[in-house]
Amino acid sequence: MQAVFSTPEVMKKDFRFTFCPGCDHGIAVRLVAELIDEMNLKEKTICSTCVGCSVFLYDFLNIDCVEAPHGRACASATGVKRTNPDKFVFTYQGDGDFASIGYAESMHTAIRGEKVSAICINNTTYGMTGGQLGPTTMMGQVTTTSPFGRNKEYYGYPMKIAEQIALCDGTAFSARVALDSVPHINQAKQALRKAFEVQLEGLGFGFVEILSSCPTNWHMTPEQAHDRVKNEMIPVFPLGIFKDLTENK
Amino acid sequence: MGLIKINNSRCKSCYICTETCPKGLIKKSEETNRLGDYLVKFEDKDNSCVACAMCAKRCPDLAIEVFK
Amino acid sequence: MTDKVLIKGNYAIAQAAINAGCQCYFGYPITPQTEIGEYLSAKMPELGRGYVSAESEIGAINMVVGAAATGAKVMTSSSSCAVALMQEALSYACSDEVPVVLVNVMRAGPGLGYVYPAQGDYNQSVYGGGNGDYKIIVLAPATVQECIDFTYRAFYLARKYRNPVILLADGLLGQMMEPACFGENPYPEVDVSSWALTGAKGRDGKAIYSCARDEKAHIQKIQDLFKKFELISKNETSFEEFETKDADIVLTAFGSMTRNIKAAVRVLRERGLKVGGFRPITLSPFPHKRIYELASEGKDFAVVEMNMGQMFKDVKYSTEGKSSVSLINRPCGEWLSVEEIVASVEKILESKKEGIYASSI
Repeated sequence: MQAVFSTPEVMKKDFRFTFCPGCDHGIAVRLVAELIDEMNLKEKTICSTCVGCSVFLYDFLNIDCVEAPHGRACASATGVKRTNPDKFVFTYQGDGDFASIGYAESMHTAIRGEKVSAICINNTTYGMTGGQLGPTTMMGQVTTTSPFGRNKEYYGYPMKIAEQIALCDGTAFSARVALDSVPHINQAKQALRKAFEVQLEGLGFGFVEILSSCPTNWHMTPEQAHDRVKNEMIPVFPLGIFKDLTENK
Repeated sequence: MGLIKINNSRCKSCYICTETCPKGLIKKSEETNRLGDYLVKFEDKDNSCVACAMCAKRCPDLAIEVFK
Repeated sequence: MTDKVLIKGNYAIAQAAINAGCQCYFGYPITPQTEIGEYLSAKMPELGRGYVSAESEIGAINMVVGAAATGAKVMTSSSSCAVALMQEALSYACSDEVPVVLVNVMRAGPGLGYVYPAQGDYNQSVYGGGNGDYKIIVLAPATVQECIDFTYRAFYLARKYRNPVILLADGLLGQMMEPACFGENPYPEVDVSSWALTGAKGRDGKAIYSCARDEKAHIQKIQDLFKKFELISKNETSFEEFETKDADIVLTAFGSMTRNIKAAVRVLRERGLKVGGFRPITLSPFPHKRIYELASEGKDFAVVEMNMGQMFKDVKYSTEGKSSVSLINRPCGEWLSVEEIVASVEKILESKKEGIYASSI
């Protein structure tokens, strides 16, 4: 018998994800790992990790990683890439890290057209700290710091990250994908591949926002959480490619 | 004919696989992990698994390997 | 390189960074150090090296940390209130053991303060504004020549000890032109291959992080960092001393105030007073031991600084009560003149004769 699906080579031996049961982070990390293998990137990869649920990324992936303070992964990645233009540099961040505390760093990395790839997991909450209102929390969503639901008077509106990144002239690729179903997972992998390729081709900033479930902080079963991604999140955060410079090539 | 192997040390009993398999070949097991959660088991008496790997693709913990 | 040139402190630092092999500069403008970035934005592209106009000081310092983690020689420069923005990353860099070089050309605080020179960042540099226990190497130049020499030294020490280094200059020095000689960078290259992130080629992946895994390991890590700093203290503590041998009182200053205490010592000696001078070159590690020795010989100290008495506390701590320590200071602005310092010292010596210890003017 032949293996048709196995653990990517670049995963560390004896790794065990520190994510909650049913959390989509694991799928996102697996897609990244598969692409590192398929695109033969392991030996030239330097990852800038973030603070949040994915803080222990360096425990899962057998690659070089530098830990950035909360929100600063894109700045750190800029430093790595500018001094190591031949390396493959990516960040793996949550929405709070990428789009709230690190908004300036993230946007300006896109605006400067840094040849790095950034991945942002959007699960509409601050997962690591126990489910508080974040930049992407949806209208009406109850969190531990919006106990009566998000309303515009108190909290303003959720943020559309991939669209904003697409507006930056330095962005070569910006897409939003989801992980709630197998077709969406396949699409997510394609988008991540593109975000990696635009960096390798020197076209500019590659970005993928990944809609992800957070069963623990949404107080749902994993499948209920995936239903929420499908029925509630995708209508507000539409999937798609918002910018792709390779289209004109 | 397909076959899956479940890595019990990685499985966190989220049961996404049990709802994903189109043929219902993955079920909750009586065996528990060290936290007391029921693990899952693969039962394919009629050799109906076609190794579509949907279970593995949706497993958030890389706990499923698929063979054909 | 051996010729003397007339050059501004900020330009001297920038050119010295190039000579030291700085591969990329990351910065954001702020008076009175903007010339460093301006100079490098023109020179670095010519040399095929990097220059990044960062979105903020937070961005700049984190770019430096990321780049330095790959073993690259990099730096940023800024001033007081903007260096305050960098404190988080400095705490990370100390814990990550990443060789950051940061130039702080001080202006007046607190808050936005103003662009006149001051020495109010002694505490921010030596004690740090970041969280947790960490120590930074702080070098304080007094002349444009030292701006050059200490820039070379900063790059060397940062990599030798895998520890951030702050070059603590001030607006006076940054904006002043003086003859100086660049010479050759006197320090050897440091091998960084054992820890630098270069991609996991033929080896397992490496990670540079500060996140603690368990309490025991974390305690050990902090103790190791402090052990390292003990070694730095032993090897690198440097200071300058003049006319202390028979001195009754030792004027103590750091950075460009050193120039004025040197002149004041000369004037006071001419008036027959036994006055010496002492100047820590490394503010961290601080020359506690030498100050203690001088205090044990019964020599009093008068700390002259452009702040409300920040180094004063360290000098007082170092004397361990063996002698008295006075403060001659102004918060910021016009540098204390030689005449002012001389008058204050005479007053201190006078009141001492009467048994009164002046602590401040």
